Amino acid sequence: MSILVIAEHDNSSLKQATLNVVAAAKAIGGDIDVLVAGENCGAVAEAAAKAEGVNKVLVADNAAYGHFLGENLGELVAEVGKGYSHILAAAGTVGKDFMPRVAALLDVAQVSDIMRVESEDTFVRPIYAGNAIATVKSSDSIKVVTVRPTAFDPVAGEGGSAAVEQLDVVKDAGLSQFVSEELAKSDRPDLASAGIVVSGGRGMQNGDNFKMLEQVADLMGAAVGASRAAVDAGFVPNDMQVGQTGKIVAPQLYIAVGISGAIQHLAGMSDSKVIVAINKDEEAPIFQVADYGLVADLFEAVPQLEEELKKVL
Amino acid sequence: MKVLVAVKRVIDYNVKVRVKPDNTGVDLANVKMAMNPFCEIAVEEAVRLKEKGVASEIVVVSIGPKASQEQIRTALALGADRGIHVETDEEVQSLEAAKLLKAVVEKEEPKLVILGKQSIDSDNNQTGQMLAALTGMGQGTFASEVVVEGDKVNVTREVDGGLMTVALNLPAVVTTDLRLNEPRYASLPNIMKAKKKPLDNMSPADLGVDIAPRLSTLKVEAPASRQAGVKVADVAELVDKLKNEAKVI
Repeated sequence: MSILVIAEHDNSSLKQATLNVVAAAKAIGGDIDVLVAGENCGAVAEAAAKAEGVNKVLVADNAAYGHFLGENLGELVAEVGKGYSHILAAAGTVGKDFMPRVAALLDVAQVSDIMRVESEDTFVRPIYAGNAIATVKSSDSIKVVTVRPTAFDPVAGEGGSAAVEQLDVVKDAGLSQFVSEELAKSDRPDLASAGIVVSGGRGMQNGDNFKMLEQVADLMGAAVGASRAAVDAGFVPNDMQVGQTGKIVAPQLYIAVGISGAIQHLAGMSDSKVIVAINKDEEAPIFQVADYGLVADLFEAVPQLEEELKKVL
Repeated sequence: MKVLVAVKRVIDYNVKVRVKPDNTGVDLANVKMAMNPFCEIAVEEAVRLKEKGVASEIVVVSIGPKASQEQIRTALALGADRGIHVETDEEVQSLEAAKLLKAVVEKEEPKLVILGKQSIDSDNNQTGQMLAALTGMGQGTFASEVVVEGDKVNVTREVDGGLMTVALNLPAVVTTDLRLNEPRYASLPNIMKAKKKPLDNMSPADLGVDIAPRLSTLKVEAPASRQAGVKVADVAELVDKLKNEAKVI
C-alpha cells in the first residue's frame, strides 16, 4: 500500500494537523508520501521531510496553489494521487473543500472525518453530530479519506529525513480567483490544536465580555473558543466556533463558560480530557458531560478564576 | 438567471438520535423528519436572489423516497418556482447524489446551484464539491455571503482562519454555511399556493445514473458516553481540583 498525505500549511509553516494525519496513515500502514502544494512553500516541504515515518515529500510550488483553491488542488491531487491506494487530508476547511473534488474526479467515494482506522479499507466516523458512530468499509480501489486530527496523536515533527522531490505539475482550472481574506490575528495557540481551550457562550452577553475569557486564557496559554450561539449573536467571529459545523477540539482541558451545551456544541468538544462548566443554570446540559461543574454567575466566577489562577500558576 | 437548489429530507434537528439495538443504523421509525437546516439556508438564499431581481427562476430538486416531496413542497412554499423529485427508496451516497444532480444540471442548465454544506444525518460535507467537480464548475463552499456580479459570483467563505472571498465564473456551485442568512417561515397562503406549483417526478434510471453505493456501513454504535462529574462549591475548589486532582494546569 502507498499513502499520499496532503499537507496542511499556510505556505510558511506546516500545520500540526498534518502530523495527526500522518499518524492516521501509519495506522493504515504502507509507504507514506506527503504532498505540499502551495506557493513559495519550500520551508513547509523541509518541515514535512522531518516528520516521523514520511518516505518522500512531493512539492507542487506554483501561484495556482497559493490560496489553496479547491478547483486547482482537486485537479492536482487527483493527478498525483491516482497511483496511490489512499489519499488522506485533514478535515479542516481546506481538506473539506478540495477532497470531495478529488474523489469525484477519481470516481470514488470519500470517507469523511475518520476517528479511527480499523483496517486498510474500514474506518470509524461520527454521524448525526456524533450521536452515532459508524464503521464504514470502502470498496473503491483508491480510498479518499479526510481525518479528524484530534482523534490521532501526532507523529514526531523532528527526526525524519525524507527526500524532497519537486513536481512539475501545474493545474490551474481557471474557474475561480482569490479575491481577499480576513484572517484573525492572534498570539494565542491555534484553537484546533491547543492544549487548553476556554470557550464562551450566549451567557457572555456581548463581545466585550470575551476579554475576561482572554485574560484567563492568556494566564494558561489557552486558546479562546465560542459556541454557535455566541457567534450567531455576533459576539465573536466564526473562526472561534466549536461544534458540529465549527471546529472539533479535544484539548487536555476545556472550560465552557456560559454555554448551555447544545448537542451540536458537545459534538465539537466532548472528546476533551477534562471538561469544566461554569453556568448559573444548574439544569444546563453541559453539566452532564463536565468533570467539574460550578453553578455560578460567570461575571463573578471568571474574575475569581483569574485571581485564583494567578496564585497557582 | 436560473438557480437550482438541492434539498434533503433528514431527521429533524431537534430530535434525539437513537441507535438501533441491533447496531444497523439510527432508528428513523416514527421520527419527525424535516428539511436539512443547511438546505433551508440554500432555499432562502435563492429566494433572496430572486427578490433582488438576480434570479429569474428557482428550481428545487430532492433525491429520496416519496416523502421527500414534503421538503420540495416546503421549498416551493418558501418561494421556489417548481420542483424535481428524483425518487428512490435506496440509500443514495454523496458521489451518486452528485451524479444525479449533474444529470439534472445538464437538463436544466442553471447559472447557479446552491446546496447546504452538509446534511446533519451523514455529516459528509461532499455533495456540492463533487457536483462542482463532475460538472467542471467552480465552487464557493461554506458561504457566508453571495454576491452575483455580471458573469461572476463572489462568495465569502467561512474558513478555519477567518473569512476568504473568491470570485467564481458562472455557472458555479455554492454551499451554504450557517450565517449566510436566516431562513423565513412559509406563510399559510404560500403553503396553499405551493400545492399547485409543478413538480416533476423521475427515477435515477431515467437520469441514467447507477446509484449502487461504494461504502457499506458495517455497524452503527452509540458514542461512548461521558459521565457527569462533580459539582464544586467555588472557584478556589475548582482550581485546586484542576491542579491537584486532574493535574491539567
